[in-house]
Amino acid sequence: MSCWSVTLATLKKDIRLEWRSKDALNSMLFFSLLVVVIFAFAFDPLAEESRQIAGGLIWVAFLFAAVVALNQTWARELRNQVLDAYRVSPAPANALFLAKALGNFIFVSVLEALMAPLFVVFYNLHVLGPAWQLIPIAILGTWALVVNGTFFAAMSLRTRSREIMLPLLLFPISIPAVLGMVAGTTAVLTGDNPAHFYIVLLLTYDVVFTTACLALFETVLHAE
Amino acid sequence: MKRLFPILAVLTAIFLAYALHLALGKATPTDAQQGDVYRIIYYHVPSAWTAFLLFSINFVASITYLIRRKPKADMVALVSAEVGVVFCTIVLVTGPIWARPVWGIWWAPGDIRLTSTLVLWLIYLSYLVLRRFSTSAQTQMLAAALAVFGALDVPLVYFSIWFFRTQHPQPVIGGGGSMDPRMLHVLLINWLAFLCFAFLVCWSRYRLELLHREVEEAHAMKSLQSRAPAKTSLPLNRSPQ
Amino acid sequence: MNALKFLFAAYIATWVIHAFYLGTLVRRFGRLHRQLQELGKEK
Repeated sequence: MSCWSVTLATLKKDIRLEWRSKDALNSMLFFSLLVVVIFAFAFDPLAEESRQIAGGLIWVAFLFAAVVALNQTWARELRNQVLDAYRVSPAPANALFLAKALGNFIFVSVLEALMAPLFVVFYNLHVLGPAWQLIPIAILGTWALVVNGTFFAAMSLRTRSREIMLPLLLFPISIPAVLGMVAGTTAVLTGDNPAHFYIVLLLTYDVVFTTACLALFETVLHAE
Repeated sequence: MKRLFPILAVLTAIFLAYALHLALGKATPTDAQQGDVYRIIYYHVPSAWTAFLLFSINFVASITYLIRRKPKADMVALVSAEVGVVFCTIVLVTGPIWARPVWGIWWAPGDIRLTSTLVLWLIYLSYLVLRRFSTSAQTQMLAAALAVFGALDVPLVYFSIWFFRTQHPQPVIGGGGSMDPRMLHVLLINWLAFLCFAFLVCWSRYRLELLHREVEEAHAMKSLQSRAPAKTSLPLNRSPQ
Repeated sequence: MNALKFLFAAYIATWVIHAFYLGTLVRRFGRLHRQLQELGKEK
């Protein structure tokens, strides 16, 4: 049984479960829509500066939506002692982590793909810089949030106030990634500055923290 | 060892008073640009250096705990994180107080030192929150893992803000450039005084933690012996699964 | 003179924060000592 086959099996299971119930996806979608609308009221979309702040608004909305998704990542495994079954199985812990992280990545990416047009509509955005650069920024940025979020969601399983614990742990550590995403997106939208450094920053962040999560996940999984 | 504590406390108090006298007195010249307000540096910078030192100790202790599982390493990690957060709070309070008269603003988002310190403070605050809210028997392991994440994050924070600043120039709070040797001398003396003070505070916190663990053990022994549920303030019950 | 009030504010703030933290340590010491004594008595 290879690590990769376990990962794929778990990932397929999660996606199948989610597709059948669509619990998380629906709640995330509605929440994201509400956030976009509230931001449209809070920050005047017709102002000159809207292109300057749109990058920040988009990523803050995605960040909150991702937290909603991440909070329920492990909830399903706690029922019927599925998590205990994983711990005693010979399957490598990293396979489970990768499957969860990839599943979350897919959900949050779907969410972003659905929300982005809403932002374009509400804020009348058109991209002044090289638009293709938004794709690596989105992929790397989403992975940065999801990989740490999945790890900290597993950590917060053993805490009181589980739902609030996840953002408390995730947000401080994610600050360089958030800076990279926001500044990179703004740089591409306004076309004022090159976004290359931010893409490299996000790539470095992803590599460092994916390695750290894979190295330490087994410890967290086995913490009672 | 315990008898040394009051003597060391008195000596440290005298040292701190001497350092304060040097900081405010005629031993150091008045800054040409900032006037006497610059003397905040004698409290701001030593607090920052002390905080960074304590957080480095936390990192080493956490790694030691992850590898060797020594309880003492975990206690050192907890103590250094808590006292580090106190000193970091002082940096974040004195920084804006210094910035306001000099630059006219309380906070510059691109100021790399102050912003990195803010993120560091948030990371270690989340570390302390995790330790407090965790109901796991393996809280120490989880906290050590979080400390490693925090330490990995610090250089990334620094470079991300550094690059952001090169594209969006911001005022530098706290000044840069070279220092008058007399100022540097007094700065180092103040740092030494604060290090002695930090050592004593850490020692006290360590003893408090030892006492806390002794009380926990006593509670556990009592409930084992009496076979009745003991009144305890600890979250000993795990969440039902 | 106006700028000096910031200098004193910074110094006072520093010691207020230290005093507050030391105060919490003293309070926790007292509470733990009391708990230990109660546990010792009940034995």
